[in-house]
Amino acid sequence: MSALTLRARRARSAWWLLAPMIAALILAAGWPLARTIWLSFTDATLADPTGYAWIGFANYLEHDQGQWYGVLADPEWWHAVRNTLIFAVVSVGLETVLGLAIALALNAPFRGRGLVRAAVLVPWAIPTVVSAKLWAWMLNDEFGILNHILLGLGLISTPVAWTANPDLALGAVIAVDVWKTTPFMVLLVLAGLQMLPQDCFEAARVDGVSTVKVFFRVTLPLLWPALAVAIAFRALDALRIFDLVYVLTANSTSTMSISVYARQQLIDFQDIGYGSAASTLVFLIVGLAAIAYLRLARVHPGETM
Amino acid sequence: MTAVLKYVVAALAFVAAGAAQAATIAISCGAVGREFEICRKGAEAWAARTGNTVKLVSTPNSASERLALYQQLLGAHAPELDVLQIDIVWPGILANHLVDLSAAAARVHDAFFPQLIRNDTVAGRLVALPWFVDVGLLYYRSDLLTRHGLPVPRTWQELTDTATRIQQAERAAGASRMWGFVWQGRAYEGLTCDALEWLASQGGGTIVSPAGKITVNNPRAAAAIVLAASWVRHISPEGVLNYAEEESRGVFQSGQAVFMRNWPYAWNLLQSPESPVRGKVGIALLPAAPDGRPAAALGGQQLAVSRYSHNREAATSLILYLTGRAEQKRRALVGGYHPTIPALYDDPEILASSPLFRTLRHALDDAVARPSAVVGKDYNRVSYAFANAVHTVLAGQSDAESSLRALERQLRRLKRRGNWPAVASGKENR
Repeated sequence: MSALTLRARRARSAWWLLAPMIAALILAAGWPLARTIWLSFTDATLADPTGYAWIGFANYLEHDQGQWYGVLADPEWWHAVRNTLIFAVVSVGLETVLGLAIALALNAPFRGRGLVRAAVLVPWAIPTVVSAKLWAWMLNDEFGILNHILLGLGLISTPVAWTANPDLALGAVIAVDVWKTTPFMVLLVLAGLQMLPQDCFEAARVDGVSTVKVFFRVTLPLLWPALAVAIAFRALDALRIFDLVYVLTANSTSTMSISVYARQQLIDFQDIGYGSAASTLVFLIVGLAAIAYLRLARVHPGETM
Repeated sequence: MTAVLKYVVAALAFVAAGAAQAATIAISCGAVGREFEICRKGAEAWAARTGNTVKLVSTPNSASERLALYQQLLGAHAPELDVLQIDIVWPGILANHLVDLSAAAARVHDAFFPQLIRNDTVAGRLVALPWFVDVGLLYYRSDLLTRHGLPVPRTWQELTDTATRIQQAERAAGASRMWGFVWQGRAYEGLTCDALEWLASQGGGTIVSPAGKITVNNPRAAAAIVLAASWVRHISPEGVLNYAEEESRGVFQSGQAVFMRNWPYAWNLLQSPESPVRGKVGIALLPAAPDGRPAAALGGQQLAVSRYSHNREAATSLILYLTGRAEQKRRALVGGYHPTIPALYDDPEILASSPLFRTLRHALDDAVARPSAVVGKDYNRVSYAFANAVHTVLAGQSDAESSLRALERQLRRLKRRGNWPAVASGKENR
């Protein structure tokens, strides 16, 4: 008989059970990723995807005739990085605060709560392309309802070009994303809230602790693991933002995110090599952000979910 | 015995001919609605005449998505698509995947507008045949010009002055949202067309010359862009910086603009029964410099045969039919498509069908093609770089001189890597 301990046997069967998933992951995620990284070191183009040559790091950074070239030397890329970071930090920040507030309100029992909970989810249920197009028309400078309302209230004297003005466009994109994604935050926070042990709250009430204090001393610490995971989800999503930006403002540099940048290189410019380099950098940025965040938040996903 | 053999040979030949005739040609033209229907009718007429069958393949409506799909199919050498409808700026990008039609079209190619044939000739190969054209036009509110006693502007400065005057007068008279001039200012292909018109009509060149020389960094080009930047927030709403064709038509059609630069498609919509400006609109050639000629950006669609088609001959026959005189005339009458054959602009039936055709004929004489054939596969990059350089000036983020200088640097690098003009590099691919 084998001398395997129960523990080792269990570990082995666990690996067997995991094997199909690992194989699927390698096929569905690992292979395309490896291929993208490989292509980023070549000069492949869509015009001729089979005939390409190895060009090393030239797509990333290259010194040519006294000038630096490559993704890392492209001011537009760094502008896209800046846009993406601003977008991620501001939108996720707002969504977290709003999501928390709305979830707390919806957690309190009141008449018609089920209906309100369902209604809150509507923006999240609309496909992003549809809601982005919807907002594009509402934000339109000449016919948009937003300018119509603001003009009617006398808050502005001339129509504002929300998506055309380079100083406002990123703000408009963030606002639409907050509108769309806050319900997702509400949902996750609400689920977290309902898991909290009620005895802590009862004890606090018996001790006569103020509501504000209860929130910061009891609710928030207990909720933190769930909230941190929700923020991680959202942040990773926000760093990859593509559809909303693309529909609202297309390839405009004032709002271009790193994913829009990569798509433009790949599809519009048919430059598979250069676009793959940009995609690889997107992957690295999102990956590093995930690791850094999980470290900072001291969350280990396995323990909370 | 010989009789039997003859019979067998004849039967085999018949079968072979039948097999060759039974070709099914897959064509991509238009995606939805009327465009699709009109194309289907034409293709089916050809099928009935030749005994072949046609299959219409729907491809995305958005140009950039369609190009990406074509490139994926062609890149994989897929034989599924025989005939492709391609944009006027794509021959250079797709040339390697397309059949050379020089020999097949030798008899007819003189009938087309020569600048279109030039546009579709890449490195000496005729890779597509022009199907219908588009040109940039100036739309104006004839009622407003009459009310203020002003003529249709012939120069850009006149347009600026006329637009300013009418806008001020109309606003003073209560039309508080009136604007002088709307156009396409979003940083995309549309702005490339608009800005190319400003440059070419004021002696500023065509970004890259047909010989492959980068000409965009010159004082007249800078002056043209500075003039356009002066429109934003004065005679054009700030939103114009994010307008494509439909946004500018929206403003003009709701009666809130004196002038509009747009393509011919807007005409029928402006004249539709529910249009607020129906009967109050005129069309003219775009303005130019006092010493220049109007330069309308050339647009339109071409038909090409995929190199990976199994039925190249039948596919070529189909596009010769579709781009032929009779079919182009039918399409002009039924769908308002603008023929690529100059002689059709003298056709009394076509001239009677819409007042557009007369103006178009003149616009086409001086139309300016985007530098797509010469820069080949780099065209989209060149166009985007140009549109962005112009856009930063329009948005007030940069001055014209430094923006054009930076653009020239960017283009030089592209040129070095891309070996323009495409004629030189194209030879290897023959």
